Amino acid sequence: MAFPSPRPARAELPRQRVQTLQCGQGAVRAARFNADGNYCLTCGSDKTLKLWNPHKGTALRTYQGHGYEVLDAAGSFDNSQICSGGADKAVALWDVTTGQVVRRYRGHAGKVNCVQFNQESTVIVSGSIDSSVRCWDCRSRRPDPVQVLDEAKDGISSLKLSAHEILTGSVDGRLRRYDLRAGQLCSDFIGSPITSVCFSKDGQCLLASSLDSTLRLLDKDTGELLGEYTGHRSTTYRLDCVLNQLDTHVGCASEDGHVYFWDLLEGSLALRLSVGQGVVQSLDFHPRLSCLLVATQGQVTLWREDTFQGDPDT
Amino acid sequence: MAAAESSDSEEEDLVSYGCPLQPLQEGERIKKPVPLQEQTVKDAKGRYQRFHGAFTGGFSAGYFNTVGTKEGWTPSAFVSSRQKRADRAIFGPEDFMDEEDLSEFGIAPKDITTTDDFASKAKDRIKEKARQIAGVVAPIPGTTAFDDLIGPSKITIGVELLRKMGWKEGQGIGPRVKRKPCRQKPDPTVKIYGCALPPGLSEGSEDEEDEYQPENVTFAPKDVMPVDLTPKENVHGLGYKGLDPSQALFGVSGREHLNLFTGGSEETSNLLGDLRHNKGRKLGITGQAFGVGALEEEDDDIYATDTLSKYDTVLKDEEPGDGLYGWTAPKQYKSKKRPEREFKYIGKVLAGFSLASKPSAPIKIYPPPSLPRNYRPVHYFRPVVIDGNENCHLQKALEESTGKLESDPAHQSRHALTAAQRREQLGEAELKGPAPSILEYLSEKDRERLKEVKQASEQQMKAKIVSQQPPSSRFQSVSPEDVTLKWQRQLEGQLANAGSSDFKPFAKNPDKQKRYENFVKSLKKGEKGEALERFLDPNMTEWERGREREEFFRAAIFYRSSNSTLASRFTRAKYEDDVDKVEVPRDQENDIDDKETAVKMKMFGKLTRDKFEWHPDKLLCKRFNVRDPYPDSSIVGLPKVKRDKYSVFNFLTVTEPTTSVTQATNEKIQESSSLNKPKKSSRWDVSDKEKEKKDSISEFISLARSKADVQQQPPVPATEKCGTGTTETLPTVQVADEDKNQEEESGRPPMDLFKAIFVSSSDEKSSSSEEESDEEQQPTTSERASETPKQVEVPDSSSSNIQESVTSTTDSGISSLPTSKQEVDTTEEFGPKLPPAFSSGTTWQQQTVVPATSPGPSRKEKHRKIRERHKAKKERKRKKEKKRKHKKQKNKGKHKNKKSEKDSSSDTTDSSDSLSDMDTTGLSPKELLRRLKQLQY
Repeated sequence: MAFPSPRPARAELPRQRVQTLQCGQGAVRAARFNADGNYCLTCGSDKTLKLWNPHKGTALRTYQGHGYEVLDAAGSFDNSQICSGGADKAVALWDVTTGQVVRRYRGHAGKVNCVQFNQESTVIVSGSIDSSVRCWDCRSRRPDPVQVLDEAKDGISSLKLSAHEILTGSVDGRLRRYDLRAGQLCSDFIGSPITSVCFSKDGQCLLASSLDSTLRLLDKDTGELLGEYTGHRSTTYRLDCVLNQLDTHVGCASEDGHVYFWDLLEGSLALRLSVGQGVVQSLDFHPRLSCLLVATQGQVTLWREDTFQGDPDT
Repeated sequence: MAAAESSDSEEEDLVSYGCPLQPLQEGERIKKPVPLQEQTVKDAKGRYQRFHGAFTGGFSAGYFNTVGTKEGWTPSAFVSSRQKRADRAIFGPEDFMDEEDLSEFGIAPKDITTTDDFASKAKDRIKEKARQIAGVVAPIPGTTAFDDLIGPSKITIGVELLRKMGWKEGQGIGPRVKRKPCRQKPDPTVKIYGCALPPGLSEGSEDEEDEYQPENVTFAPKDVMPVDLTPKENVHGLGYKGLDPSQALFGVSGREHLNLFTGGSEETSNLLGDLRHNKGRKLGITGQAFGVGALEEEDDDIYATDTLSKYDTVLKDEEPGDGLYGWTAPKQYKSKKRPEREFKYIGKVLAGFSLASKPSAPIKIYPPPSLPRNYRPVHYFRPVVIDGNENCHLQKALEESTGKLESDPAHQSRHALTAAQRREQLGEAELKGPAPSILEYLSEKDRERLKEVKQASEQQMKAKIVSQQPPSSRFQSVSPEDVTLKWQRQLEGQLANAGSSDFKPFAKNPDKQKRYENFVKSLKKGEKGEALERFLDPNMTEWERGREREEFFRAAIFYRSSNSTLASRFTRAKYEDDVDKVEVPRDQENDIDDKETAVKMKMFGKLTRDKFEWHPDKLLCKRFNVRDPYPDSSIVGLPKVKRDKYSVFNFLTVTEPTTSVTQATNEKIQESSSLNKPKKSSRWDVSDKEKEKKDSISEFISLARSKADVQQQPPVPATEKCGTGTTETLPTVQVADEDKNQEEESGRPPMDLFKAIFVSSSDEKSSSSEEESDEEQQPTTSERASETPKQVEVPDSSSSNIQESVTSTTDSGISSLPTSKQEVDTTEEFGPKLPPAFSSGTTWQQQTVVPATSPGPSRKEKHRKIRERHKAKKERKRKKEKKRKHKKQKNKGKHKNKKSEKDSSSDTTDSSDSLSDMDTTGLSPKELLRRLKQLQY
């Protein structure tokens, strides 16, 4: 017909708080959506891991078995398993339904800061403050890691996986991308200790937040700087950064109790979301919706776009 | 009905493939598949054929069920041999061939071929060869040769016609030519060695021909020898010929020399004559393979080769091989020039080879050396030096000292010479290089022992000198002068650098060494007797001095000789021994400075990027569904190389920004680290003590940070004021006190031990709050326990209550307060910390009320204290720590290995602390006070 196709809706940022989960597990070290964004995991400093339906605000299950606080968790693509890493230096693989630890991988010499499943959930990749990244095989019963990536000179603070890449951010100020397909290690020097890294959804860019209160968007192939985002405060803590579901905005937690969003292209501050008084500990963006999971202190809040009308059920 | 209709319509829509099955007739059953045994085959006439029977072609012959059919294989009919024994068919190979084999392109084509009569001569050659071979292979070798000889000669029509036209065999076809075409001639300058041609043969005809050139004579063109294109089918070497049957038969035959000049023309030897000549011989097998029998008359021909092809099998019209074609001219002009061409190799030259232009040098054979007359073929060993404790140098020195050296050096055996002497005799230059004495390589003990040995032998020698001084010796008396003279003589050639090198034989005794050096120096100058004597210790007795002098002399020789000999063999190591090597990644991320500047200039990209080859594990590739990028490399990770081992620090290139936090905190860190004298190397190999230290430091850092945070936040409740107030009143005495406590801390087990003992961790929130209170109570109890260190700690609710009450005093607005004591507990990590669990500024204020009564703060704490004073810290936190330390002291020595986990435990506990804060807000101020007072004890 004669009508031009409607322009893609402008990405709406989450501005509206729709749920608050009182986790009751001490400090929430990390809040993570599962693969499809319907559930979330919260890692508590009281050694527990909790599974929630954040949209309804219901706690589904508590997973106990870590020796110390849980620092990161991730769900498998089929939601059947959870991996988590904690300050007890162990990486645990959980069965979602039974709540039992299926396997426990020991080998890290320090706290495990970050864990990730690969796409098929056959490998757990964990990064630790012992400056090593370890790849654990979930398929076999072998107790030692498949491979140890010990190139980092300092602790691994963040870790992301794509189909064939392992992206690590280290406190030594380097972003390392291990390309399995190309058999290459690309190390980008940022300088400041990196707190969080992520891939853009199109897999072309890398976002890294560092302790100089700056987010940097780098071209994956060349390492060139595509954008810089400042304004928040991140000088001390390991805070997360995110990209929204459409790759239009860049978000980061801040120590001043806010979540900042910048326009990815312009670099201008788009939103300063006041979450709470304390440090925003963890952030996660819904994979498809404009939906943000924020962990501050002992609670987790879920934020949606303004136009979002709450489910009549909830 | 409706349903049926619909189904019909559906059927129309469907697309059908293949042909439909026959519709079943009414009442007809569905056909069952015919079982194998019932399947039948009919032949072309419609008769049933049995197959798979034993008599109709065997089992499973041919394709399944096709045997006997048109398509299949037809077995031959069985014929009983009982009746028709006689006419048993004789099978030829064709009987077993397929039709294709007999067709044009098969293995046995049945096509029209020219018969022998019409076949060309070329074919004949092949036949001839075949015959030859048959002759060799035949059971009685040579018989075929006879057949050929006797058989009538068949001449083809073509040949007959040619002959009628005047052609003779051996000639070429074409018009006659005036002169023979230039024939292949060997270069006369080339000497060829080999067997001489037997005289009398017509070999030399060509030479003669060259000389005789009748003008009016024309020649037929030379026959062209067709190129032999027969493939080599055997595995014999090139040019190999089997045993010659004729030779085997007759033992000898006309020696046939293949001739280059005559080419393929046949030899004109007389075969029959040969045969006749050998008539009397016994027929038998002779030849190379069998050697020459005892009855053989001559054995000279076994290596000759002979073939039938060399003989003319046609009796008439034969063409002489000399190319004269029957022309027989008088031979008087034959000049019998036989130059060196006689010595030519006349044998056949293999294709691809050419004759050598130069003879190979004859091998010289040397006769074995003639043995001397008195040679005895028995080896005897020279007698071993009897006193086995001396080395050869020493021995030599001793020998020299006995005066044997006085004998003419020319008479000395060369084995007696030292390397230096030999060098002098040979006139070689002296080897240069630093001259390390072997003594330097020896241990102190060995040196000592050597000295002893030397002295012992010295004594022996002295005795010898006295007892068996050879009469020929010039030195009858042993006066010092004489001795020195003797020594000097001997040292003459060697003194050049006797004392100059850096070896010190008397290094242990510096005085003696000095004396020795002076001694040698003066010795070099050529002083003698008294002059030398003055360098010796005047305090010694005469005898001692004499001894020392001897010793010095001997040392001068001894060390010198070993010195030079060793120097030639060793070089000083240029580098440190690299025994300790370590595998290091080949590619290192380097030049951080450059990168930092690049980052500052925001020049990301090439400047900041390092690319390395990285080998993922095979299994990892498999799990990631990625093809292995390096399928045939066994490396995993970065390619490594061996490098020298450095300290851990060299590998831990901790970048500057790693520690850069905020400006303020950074400064603090530096302060603290500078105060911490023994700097920790890396966070992984720190000792437990250091860990504790770190703990305290980090606590203070974070405390400072939190403090900063507090100051930043505008809505600061009254708590802060209280905190700052107390810190200012911090007593300095505590610093010292803490020092004392330092040793006691080291053995403190981690917090989780207590938890493991006293708390069930499986509980949920309630229990965790209990833990927290437990946490809090531990310090308090420990404080009490510091007076009675052996007392077992029991979790008492009262102390936890105290904590609760304490918290209740402060404002319970948790969320309103910024970063907190949670932070305090985060251990120092390299890089970003975990965010505080709760922003409660309350907890550290709890302890501000508590006076510092703890006995001894540690040294580590001292720095902390100082800084604290600087920063006007609250003392509550410190107090708490102090309490903890008490506890440590109590539990000293336990669970050392758990220590590494301590930091995290403290994290959790503190976070739970804050939880407890949340929970315990309902206490009355009175109660609180009471408990606080309790705390003080």
